[in-house]
Amino acid sequence: MSLETGPGFRSVVTLVVLAGSAAVAVLASVMLGSVRLAPAEVLAVFSGHGSDLARMLVLDLRLPRTLAAFATGGLLAVAGALMQVLLRNPLADPYVLGISGGAAVGALLAMIAGLGLGWVSGSAFAGAMLSTLIVFGLAHGTGSWTPTRLLLTGVVVAAGWGAVITFLLAVRPSPELPGMLYWLMGDLAQARGSGLPWLTLLVVVLLALPLGRSLNVLARGPMQAAVLGVSVYRLEWAVYLLAAVVTAAAVTTAGTVGFVGLIVPHMLRLVIGNDQRLLIPAAALAGGILLTLADTVARTVIAPQQLPVGVITAMLGVPLFLFLLYRSRT
Amino acid sequence: MTPLLAIENLVLAIPGREPGMALDCDIRPGECWGLLGPNGAGKTTLLHTLAGLRPAAEGRILIDGRNLHELPRRRVAQRLGLVFQDHHDGFPSTVLETALIGRHPFLRSWDVESANDHELARRALAAMDLGNLAQREVQTLSGGERQRLAIATLLTQDPPLWLLDEPTNHLDLHHQVAVLDRIRRETLERGKAAIMALHDLNLAATYCTHLMLMYTDGGLCWGKTDEVFHVPALERLFGQALARIDTPQGPWVRPMSGSGC
Repeated sequence: MSLETGPGFRSVVTLVVLAGSAAVAVLASVMLGSVRLAPAEVLAVFSGHGSDLARMLVLDLRLPRTLAAFATGGLLAVAGALMQVLLRNPLADPYVLGISGGAAVGALLAMIAGLGLGWVSGSAFAGAMLSTLIVFGLAHGTGSWTPTRLLLTGVVVAAGWGAVITFLLAVRPSPELPGMLYWLMGDLAQARGSGLPWLTLLVVVLLALPLGRSLNVLARGPMQAAVLGVSVYRLEWAVYLLAAVVTAAAVTTAGTVGFVGLIVPHMLRLVIGNDQRLLIPAAALAGGILLTLADTVARTVIAPQQLPVGVITAMLGVPLFLFLLYRSRT
Repeated sequence: MTPLLAIENLVLAIPGREPGMALDCDIRPGECWGLLGPNGAGKTTLLHTLAGLRPAAEGRILIDGRNLHELPRRRVAQRLGLVFQDHHDGFPSTVLETALIGRHPFLRSWDVESANDHELARRALAAMDLGNLAQREVQTLSGGERQRLAIATLLTQDPPLWLLDEPTNHLDLHHQVAVLDRIRRETLERGKAAIMALHDLNLAATYCTHLMLMYTDGGLCWGKTDEVFHVPALERLFGQALARIDTPQGPWVRPMSGSGC
């Protein structure tokens, strides 16, 4: 097999193109805002120079939010990719399965109790894990579990979390209500600490890479995977846990952004195929790009007003998704 | 010669049915076993049980002298392969990628398929007349082409023991013969063993060294082909009257239309 056509070469090209696009997206996001900066000004700040205003805009205001947006997008896309293989269903994502609902309830409870960021993260993770256990436990039961049964259980659990969220918001004193509503639709305005989501993203992608070929086999069905030497039960639990951790980290950072986990892996699959060893790192980058650009639009389009970023991801995602779906028919 | 697979007092667990007869036999290199029986007799259940995909009601299955269920799945996959009756392709993938998954049991986590693995997959595809379809999407294949791809995946895996659930499903006459010829050659010349569910009695009699008759009431009858291939037994097995035709290559059977048994 020649180098030019080999899968290794194509993977490298794909990841280099995505990494380049990611750099451009981050640069654009830092340049754009109430005060527009030139690329040269941003680069000057990065190399330790630049005016005080430019330094404040870039380093204190825009870059932390941009990095948080990128990490969140990457996390959501990776979670979606993992869940889709697990369920062998391109419509699966942590939102459909109610994992983000559980994380949101956990985070919301910690916020209502007035606890700090660490508690909010931990509580979101606990919510995601509880949701995972409920969905996986109920859908497993005795005998075999089918993707349809799991998906249905997830939908019902997600609806239940939705009701709990509405209840919590209804019984809460009103001043914080608009903020919470924004957060539930995905809001990066409060996101500052991007260390945790970045660390989670890096660790999960590194953990998922050696599982990639097993995931490729698992995507062909549990029986086929078992015959080819995959410990199906263990792998499925590992994937579920990884997806729960990733979802909790994303929800803690930016609330519930609902379109990235569904659209990014599916979109990539139409373009680069379904090899998880390429798809998962590519999803991390493409999800990051999508959410970075979406958040840039969300904070500039009706400035000084800001939109929840979930609105933008849906508006960007739907037409793109439909176009790719249309193109792939041939 | 040590058996590839030792089946000790195996009773299949078939939901809604009384436990059937216990199966006790060894599968040795060079042997080709045909499973014959009506729909629902448990041929697929037996193959899945032998592959360790479902538990048995009683008894043990030994691979290289070790209990199948105590071996890691990866080790089992290096010793036996199974061609399923139905093929599910959840996500898009190419013919070559699908054949290459046969190498999965032999690669470690961080390994990438080597040139040698690609070569094995390409040879397997060529053997199944799929060489020029390597880059095609699996979803665009015909039923027979998909079936040959499943067998090509097993050829790529190349384990010592082959389990095949109706390997001639969907295949035209030429490819039925080509597939069975290949299986016979692998058992005779390369010391493989095969166990396959078949519906064509005459193909089974021609290609199999051993036959196992599986009755719907759980009864079993197994042995060398010429000891088991008897018209009265086959008539009782399928509830279908058969006429015997003697040929220089051995007896053949032909169903008699319109007459039960």
